[in-house]
Amino acid sequence: MPMLSAIIFLPLVGAIAIALTPRENVRAPRAIAALFSAASLALSLVVFFGFRPGQAGTQFVEKVPWVPSLGVSYFLGVDGLNLPMVVLTALLTFLAVLASWRIELRPKEYFAILLLLETGVLGVFSALDLALFFLFWEVELIPMYLLIGIWGGPRREYAAIKFVIYTLLGSAMMLVGILALYFRTPAPHTFDMLAMAQMRWEPAFASAVFLFLFFGFAVKLPVFPFHTWLPDAHVEAPTAVSVLLAGVLLKMGAYGMLRINVGILPDAAKQYALLIGILAVINVLYGAAVSMVQKDLKAMVAFSSISHMGYVLLGMAALSYVSLSGAALQMFTHGMITGLLFLLVGSVYERTHTRQIGEMGGLAPRMPLLAAVFVMAGLASLGLPGMAGFIAEFTVFVGSFPSIPVLTILGAAGIVVTAGYLLWMLERVFFGPPNPRFATLGDAHGVEVVPLVALVGIIILIGVYPALLTDVVSSGIAPLTARLGV
Amino acid sequence: MQQMNFVLLAPELALVALAILLVVLDLVLTDKGKVVLPFVGVLGLVVPAGLVVALASRRETSFFGTFVVDDLASFFKIIFLVAAALVMLASVDYIRRRTQYQGEYYATILFSTLGMMFMASGRELLTLYVALELTSISLYIMAGFLKKDQGSTEAGLKYLLLGALASTSLLYGIAIVYGATGTTFLPDIAKRLTVGLPAVVAMVMIAAGFGFKVAAVPFHMWVPDVYQGAPTSTTAFVSVASKAAGFVVVLRVFATALAPLAGLWPALFAVLAAVTMTVGNLGALRQTNVKRLMGYSSVGQAGYALMGLAAATAATSAGLIFFILAYALTNLGVFAAIIHVSDRLESDELAAYEGLARRAPLLSLAMVLCLLSLVGLPPLAGFWSKVYLFLSVFGQGQVLLVIVALLNSAVAAYYYVKIVHSMYLKPAPIDKPLPGNLSLGVALAAATVGVVVIGLAPSPFMALATSAAGAVFP
Repeated sequence: MPMLSAIIFLPLVGAIAIALTPRENVRAPRAIAALFSAASLALSLVVFFGFRPGQAGTQFVEKVPWVPSLGVSYFLGVDGLNLPMVVLTALLTFLAVLASWRIELRPKEYFAILLLLETGVLGVFSALDLALFFLFWEVELIPMYLLIGIWGGPRREYAAIKFVIYTLLGSAMMLVGILALYFRTPAPHTFDMLAMAQMRWEPAFASAVFLFLFFGFAVKLPVFPFHTWLPDAHVEAPTAVSVLLAGVLLKMGAYGMLRINVGILPDAAKQYALLIGILAVINVLYGAAVSMVQKDLKAMVAFSSISHMGYVLLGMAALSYVSLSGAALQMFTHGMITGLLFLLVGSVYERTHTRQIGEMGGLAPRMPLLAAVFVMAGLASLGLPGMAGFIAEFTVFVGSFPSIPVLTILGAAGIVVTAGYLLWMLERVFFGPPNPRFATLGDAHGVEVVPLVALVGIIILIGVYPALLTDVVSSGIAPLTARLGV
Repeated sequence: MQQMNFVLLAPELALVALAILLVVLDLVLTDKGKVVLPFVGVLGLVVPAGLVVALASRRETSFFGTFVVDDLASFFKIIFLVAAALVMLASVDYIRRRTQYQGEYYATILFSTLGMMFMASGRELLTLYVALELTSISLYIMAGFLKKDQGSTEAGLKYLLLGALASTSLLYGIAIVYGATGTTFLPDIAKRLTVGLPAVVAMVMIAAGFGFKVAAVPFHMWVPDVYQGAPTSTTAFVSVASKAAGFVVVLRVFATALAPLAGLWPALFAVLAAVTMTVGNLGALRQTNVKRLMGYSSVGQAGYALMGLAAATAATSAGLIFFILAYALTNLGVFAAIIHVSDRLESDELAAYEGLARRAPLLSLAMVLCLLSLVGLPPLAGFWSKVYLFLSVFGQGQVLLVIVALLNSAVAAYYYVKIVHSMYLKPAPIDKPLPGNLSLGVALAAATVGVVVIGLAPSPFMALATSAAGAVFP
């Protein structure tokens, strides 16, 4: 059974099913969405547990020629690098559906577009043909535009179009790189990523192409200074969309860098390693510093996202087996943690109707569960041992220290700033004297609790038993490091 | 039988007969009966289309070699006929409500198509010129058709005057070529033309003349005003068929007759392409009238298409031809939707499209798909047409041009998305659903399905484009 195709296209089928329901029925869209995203998640877990880390090469491969005259094939496959991302996407989308359960404005379009987005992103992670990869990359554009632009906050239209233009510019540059690689493959040309990963390139060519591709992915990751779309998009997007944006879409950029920049152009990656390392540290420290001064809770989490993606970049800059494993781990754990944080921000906002930290205070007695989960999410974010964040960040630091010690120390310093703004925020929002304004607020209940508890559970599970994840991830990194010669 | 082989002209003869039939029917039918005219036209178009397909395998010439049937001609003739059919289907209500001269309108569409068919098959400069004039004059009439509407009259007049100027330039170029070679027959010109000042001047003049037709900068000045002022069905037809006709003629003339100058004209077109797409896309950014916006958009799209002439090879020409096919279907889809809104809401301003997603969900969906195809998003025809075109141009070493085109695509997304934004993100001023229209719906659905099908299975269409390109670059 073509598992990967099923995982990718089940949400699309769900979207079409939702489109066919009558407009008056408000319950059907969310039920269908939950059903299909759960099915996709279940299948992705089947693939995850069916994956054999010891076995070399990609598994669950599906390869069919699509446009033979151009060398484009429908080529899907999972290895240790993209399998965690597939599971992450399926999981966060399912949880996003649950988090959007009580949406009132145009639920039918909302859930249909959400599922369409899921198809696009799942396709990006599963594709092993560059044309297919690019195709799926573009598919996620308009659903995001609509999700932010229709269901977002006050400045949603501005944020949405900014997101689209930025991403398109990035993908324009990415396409140049892809085309250049395509024409350098021996005739008849191919877009096959795995085949390209085995080829040798001329240094000057590889260097130039690396930059084009890097720019394309840097907009998504986001790398300073191409990050300015992110605060607007994250803050204006509705909660569930922010979860997906931060939890999954940012990882598309990181994944592209790992799979294509490092995987296909390892020598150029070594050449630019120092530059990438510096950008990584800027991400970490700048992101953390700006988070510290944010008055808006959601903006703070958005900037902390930028900061934590800097660790992924740091791991990529060090180009060692351990550091790259750490980067890939951070992609997954950050997805969970930041997804959780945005869910929590959404829940708090729903109750207090404000995102201004200064206006909140003493919420813990009123919403003990939310407070507890928020504290745990904050601790996970700053890398408390026992939680997933620690595993990833520690691996990155251990792997990066031998080759770029100064940058690693600077990066690690970011943890201190992270602790600073997170703990301070928790104190201001949840602790302290209770604000009478919030005397009537209630705690999280019902469907809302499920995503929160699920994410915390997984974060702690991986924190305590990381082998579940690290085995898979390392098996994906091994071929990369073999090519790097480290 | 090479001399007067009328069999090869069967499609054109059938088309003439159909046009005359429409005129005659218009004379005898009552005002109420005239409703059938467009349907007679559409059904009748099956005949010439079928004849084109039947003759497609006969790669012969007729009339002393001035008329050729080859893959290039057949490919484009099908595009013209399909465009004419879809425009006629989409215009039924629009034209019925605005003018009593329905038969004349539809017949003029057919006469214009006839001219285009000769433009596709012509292999001699004066034949091409006459065909061009037949096409253009019919289009001038169609643009100025609504006599009592100031916008339409202005559009028709501008189109006529600027078109005449362009034709003059073309004729002057042809005259120089004749003076330099003593012939107007394309293959013979190639044999006798030498690179020199006369040839270069002629090349520029001819490029200017045809550049007007395809809306290349700086010969594009007529586009925004004519597109905005003309009746919307005319705009739809001009944006698709006239542009395609312009490109087939450019391709044939430059690839065949001006082959000796093959070191020069690719560079000329590369520059024209870059300038055209940039001016077109930048011009569209601030437009609030949808027809005017689509005018600048078509200038931008012409810019991408011109990239296909940035090298004198079969691969880039195939890219150009495939791009025109995808563009034709896509633009027909967008304009079919615009015709409906134009007709029902009596407005072409962006504000009229607000909340359209709630008022006409299927129409909006079709229009969005076509707009996104123009942006170049997968899995639609526009994505593959851009990939294929950019790929072939990139492969010829024109890296900078491809980068300019990609940046342009990113910027262009802004104004296409602006329309999507209006339709989907804005609430409707009145939440009344928009009444539908069956024939327009069929036309819109056909175009949109075509866009999606080509997007999902582009290979067979690319193969057709490649064989069409093979006719001029063997």
